[in-house]
Amino acid sequence: MTVDREQWLHIYEQMSRIRAFEEQVNELYTGAKMPGLAHLYIGEEGIAVGVCEALRRDDYITSTHRGHGHCLAKGASVDKMFCELLGKAPGYCRGKGGSMHIADQDTGNLGANAIVGGGAAIATGAAFSSKRLGNGRVAACFFGEGALGQGVLYESMNMAQLWKLPVLYVCENNLYNEYTHHSETTAGSMKARAEAFGLLAVEVDGQNVREVLEAAQRLVERARRGEGPAFLLCHTYRYLGHHVGDINRAYYRPKDEEQEWKTHRDPLKLLSAWMIEHQFADVGIIEQIEKDVTAEVSAAAAYALAAPFPAPDEVNQHVFA
Amino acid sequence: MSSPSAHGRELTFGDAIKEALAEELRRDPRVFMLGEDIAEAGTTFKVLNGLVEEFGPERVLDTPISEPGFTGLAVGAAMTGLRPIVDIMFGDFSGLIMDQMMNQAAKIHYMSGGKLKVPMVLRTTMGAGRRSAAQHSQSLHAWYSHIPGLKVVVPSTPYDAKGLMKSAIRDDSPVVILEDKMMYKTVKGPVPVEEYTIPLGVADIKREGTDITLVATSSMVYVALEAASRLAEIGVSAEVVDPRTMTPLDKPTLIESAKKTSRAIIIDEGYEQYGVTAELASVIADGAFYYLDAPVKRLGAMNVPIPFSPALEDLTIPNAKQVFEMAKALCGKN
Repeated sequence: MTVDREQWLHIYEQMSRIRAFEEQVNELYTGAKMPGLAHLYIGEEGIAVGVCEALRRDDYITSTHRGHGHCLAKGASVDKMFCELLGKAPGYCRGKGGSMHIADQDTGNLGANAIVGGGAAIATGAAFSSKRLGNGRVAACFFGEGALGQGVLYESMNMAQLWKLPVLYVCENNLYNEYTHHSETTAGSMKARAEAFGLLAVEVDGQNVREVLEAAQRLVERARRGEGPAFLLCHTYRYLGHHVGDINRAYYRPKDEEQEWKTHRDPLKLLSAWMIEHQFADVGIIEQIEKDVTAEVSAAAAYALAAPFPAPDEVNQHVFA
Repeated sequence: MSSPSAHGRELTFGDAIKEALAEELRRDPRVFMLGEDIAEAGTTFKVLNGLVEEFGPERVLDTPISEPGFTGLAVGAAMTGLRPIVDIMFGDFSGLIMDQMMNQAAKIHYMSGGKLKVPMVLRTTMGAGRRSAAQHSQSLHAWYSHIPGLKVVVPSTPYDAKGLMKSAIRDDSPVVILEDKMMYKTVKGPVPVEEYTIPLGVADIKREGTDITLVATSSMVYVALEAASRLAEIGVSAEVVDPRTMTPLDKPTLIESAKKTSRAIIIDEGYEQYGVTAELASVIADGAFYYLDAPVKRLGAMNVPIPFSPALEDLTIPNAKQVFEMAKALCGKN
């Protein structure tokens, strides 16, 4: 599938929107304006956008505790996202879910999940429905490499392959299970784990959105044709801490490692340089996109800060359907 | 009593459940079942025999031995247009699936601000007495009942099991039904041929009485009824109330009965400590306090892992003699 200039601009805009959103979240947190915590996606934008650009609006995703990027890449709007993060009534979940539970059925987002690996079986079930109902939808299941420690992921992959379900398991290997390097937790080969079940497994540089997009398009369309599930292993890096409060990280990873990724492997820098080189954009256009999304994000945060909290009588609504 | 006394036809507990499942599978193409050995094998208890022949292996789906995986798959399928019925062979395996039930199924509707729904049914078993030892004999309905967002059903008769099962399948919330495995073949009762459902959250008075209320769940209803017969012989009139569902709980019926009789015993096969008996006793103590002539008493399973030896296992389950003695003492009969 070829991607034209408009789409590359859109892809860059989506990645910039996620970055600006997350930077704003960090500001809200450090300014003590946000209740609770948030797990920021900065550095990993190319994966969410690359995969979601390969999906239709009615395709499904399941997301993680580090899920803002997935929600935005699937089409969520920043104002309702901020409202949810601040626990405000106009939020995607009326303020009842918060940062780790944003769901948006209009964009096929079945919800972020605060249990590591919690989306694995749910995404597989959504793919089961798609196949049974014959609606051609594909489910993309995002998780970090930490979820490779969860048995339910392997149970899900086994069933997906047995029943040829249209699901794409997207592993975002950002190197750290919270505060622990994956080499201390994960034996053997990550890719081979999926291959053991007969899944088609593909490994890409998650910092290169073009590579992610190309692989995702191929695997999503393959799944849509009924040829079964796949595993997409994306190598990436979490620029900031496990969550916004994880400031002093030297005890588990060196500063120069962080600097190396930010300087040489930044997904936005890599894409903008490539777009300029191929004359899809110039510096002015890139700067304009960044300016526009920053303005959009600031306005949305201001809107959310002024938005009302849910009324007390909301507390016992929606316990049962 | 809402159940019909004579409609000409009697079914076993297991057959009543199977009939409910078959009717709902026929009525709604979105309904399907999944679990271990439920198709050709018809489950280890043979309750589902014949269903795969009528509905095919896609709607009566055998799964790998992966309880968390297929329960979670059902959650996802329920969120996206299907109405799964999950079969978990033994309630003791609840430990394996609890994350899918308590963190996913139970909370998704609430966490999404009402946008997403999880219309699924989890069928599993409870009840000791089968000489199946500590990991195949527990009654863990209190676990599910503790979690907001789950409805919990513990039917005692074939009539109730069928009507409640049909309501559970049609409900848009996740519903857990715990079936006493010892009742599948041994309990028989009237089940009308005509279609009916029983709403979730309505208790049933299984026997009317005036001197003492025996609140009993699942197979303990029969223990209570036997005790009530023996109490009648000594001039004590016992009322047997079956809540039928733990959540929603029909508190008014429990409270009204206790107000009428002024005494109550709660009998349940879950462990007594921190269990269903404690919750129901507090409902009555709270709601009927000024009408009570005695403290509310409770009888649950003994607080030990369920032993294998028949000589020991039988000691752990509440029995009619215990209920009789306790009721007799509460009523001041010596």
